[in-house]
Amino acid sequence: MRVGGWETLGLVLRRELVLGFRRPDQLVQPLVFFLIVTTLFPLGLSVQLVLLREMAPGVLWVAALLASMLSLEALFKSDADDGTLEQLVLSGQGVYVIVVAKTLAHWLVSGAALILVSPLVATALAIPWSAFPVMLLSLGLGTLTLSWLGAIGAGLTVGLKRGNVLVSLIVLPLAMPLLIFGAGATDRAISGTSPLGALYLLAALCLLTCTLAPFAAAAALTVTLE
Amino acid sequence: MGTTRGAAAAAAAVNGARAGLSVEKIHVWRGDRHVLKGVSLELGAGELLHVSGANGTGKSTLLRVVTGLLPPEQGRIAWRGTPISAVPLDYQHELAYASHEPALKGDLTALENLRFMVGLKRRMSAQQLRATLDRTGVAQCADLPARVLSAGQRRRVAMARVLAVGATLWLLDEPYTNLDTAGSELLSALLLAHIRAGGMALVVAHHDLDVATATRRLGLD
Amino acid sequence: MWTWFYRLASPPYVYRVAAVWMPWLLGGAAFAIGYGVIDGLGFAPPDYQQGDAFRIIYVHAPCAWLSLFAYTTMAVAGAIGLIWRIKMGHAVAAASAPIGASFTLGALVTGSLWGRPMWGTYWAWDPRLTSELILLFLYVGVMALRSAFDDANRGDRAAALLAIVGVVNVPIIHFSVVWWNSLHQGATVAKFGKSEMPGSMLWPLLAMLLGFMLFYGAVLCIRLRGEVLNRERQSAWVREAIGS
Repeated sequence: MRVGGWETLGLVLRRELVLGFRRPDQLVQPLVFFLIVTTLFPLGLSVQLVLLREMAPGVLWVAALLASMLSLEALFKSDADDGTLEQLVLSGQGVYVIVVAKTLAHWLVSGAALILVSPLVATALAIPWSAFPVMLLSLGLGTLTLSWLGAIGAGLTVGLKRGNVLVSLIVLPLAMPLLIFGAGATDRAISGTSPLGALYLLAALCLLTCTLAPFAAAAALTVTLE
Repeated sequence: MGTTRGAAAAAAAVNGARAGLSVEKIHVWRGDRHVLKGVSLELGAGELLHVSGANGTGKSTLLRVVTGLLPPEQGRIAWRGTPISAVPLDYQHELAYASHEPALKGDLTALENLRFMVGLKRRMSAQQLRATLDRTGVAQCADLPARVLSAGQRRRVAMARVLAVGATLWLLDEPYTNLDTAGSELLSALLLAHIRAGGMALVVAHHDLDVATATRRLGLD
Repeated sequence: MWTWFYRLASPPYVYRVAAVWMPWLLGGAAFAIGYGVIDGLGFAPPDYQQGDAFRIIYVHAPCAWLSLFAYTTMAVAGAIGLIWRIKMGHAVAAASAPIGASFTLGALVTGSLWGRPMWGTYWAWDPRLTSELILLFLYVGVMALRSAFDDANRGDRAAALLAIVGVVNVPIIHFSVVWWNSLHQGATVAKFGKSEMPGSMLWPLLAMLLGFMLFYGAVLCIRLRGEVLNRERQSAWVREAIGS
């Protein structure tokens, strides 16, 4: 009896989570970066709460994007360096399942961490509590989409020296729509208008990405492993 | 009735004798370098092929092409008569590939490494995995993180992985690296046992192989 | 029926055919652009709102159109190279990328120059120009990815994948930028839809569009020949072609 797809998903997911939590410092660093970047904006611009609140959704989202770029490196690089990525790809389960499991684990670890820290950051940026549910939901959808876009970018640049700058160069333009919708939703929640339109668009983008990106990321890995 | 069954069995026996790995005239370029120039080989049950050659002659590349990771520019590779591009996952289930590096996660214990790797191909209990580690002489390392193991111990854990998977085709790239005398003898004994049981192996090694069986040799230089 | 397609997979054939086509494409481009420039700059009536400033559309619109067309060509050619493993597909994609990026830059510069009389500023985060800017980033990404690989083969395939992902994203990006812009600005300044333009303004525009496309084809032929020579530099026919 062959090991099935779902069982594989569970096994690789567990592997990724175990590995992730054995290096807690690597989990925390992107979060600290997130906090630092958000601090840069008030320092560089203005501390007047009214102005801060207007900028807040954008600042929050840009900081989340940049922090995610940092954590992307961990997606495939470690496995590629020690040869275990090849073993995973040759395991007879197909690259698709492997990629889905790794990306999902990456989101659970880094995306979820960002979402958990975001209320802290949001309060520092004078975002009212009433906007939190929309903010959290949009960050949830956004970080998932970003994990997938990042999987494509990371898959294409695995094994390249200085690949991390190139990954950002590739992924950030593709991530601009989700920045627009995510920050737009949060902004509308703050100003009191309905964020539903933006949320629906964000959800549609997330759905589209989750459907198509695994194929692109799997193809990318196949090419780079040659 | 008896004759048709007998004929079918005879046909199967003939096919079985030809069953195995068949590599025909593969060409691979790495950038501008023509690394593999029309290499061909055949491997049947109970056969061990030693791929030798100096550095840079494409031994590791050949192995990667046989795994299917690197599609050749020209030529074809067939497993049991079918091209491997047609049945990649089935083919992968029947092979075990050990690359130049032992391919272990430093943060996982030896046992966990086996569990997460072997578990994708075969369900094995922790006891069975420990028993396999014992066969390759690293039972005491089962609960140690791989980064504290010596190079030789890591190589033995990699050996255990190949054993545990129970594959027909072994593709080993410089498997004797970092092994002491006892380890080398152990590896040779395991290879011999695998061959005698009807398995096949393609071993890349720049030195002579000391496996007491009729080993064919393919020199790439 | 598909023999012409398969012949295009042969590098010496492509090398020869591109040389034959190039002068015709260039000639056609000169003709169309010449007519477009003369008619558009000289004879088309000035716009009732913008006066003569609108005439930059005769360069701006073709540049923008070509930037998208070149990206799509790059993606399709890359897909052909990826799926059917036809190396000439990758050659076309590699040759197209810098041309498309140049057109994008042209669209940005002309659009920005147009902005000065229209909005009073050189850059106002207009949705179309912002989309063009993001398109430029996509181009740079593809070119950077291709050149980051030592192995040209893998670089081609990675760049082709990225181009395909990009081409799917281009409409999404454009829509999201338009949506973003509609939040912050009211009705945008009257754009020139093709249906609204009177014939005397439209014909030069179409001529310029055609001329630019032919020009793109001509430059593509030139660059493609260079790409083919570079990629096939080890083969015998190239050494003969260069030697003779």
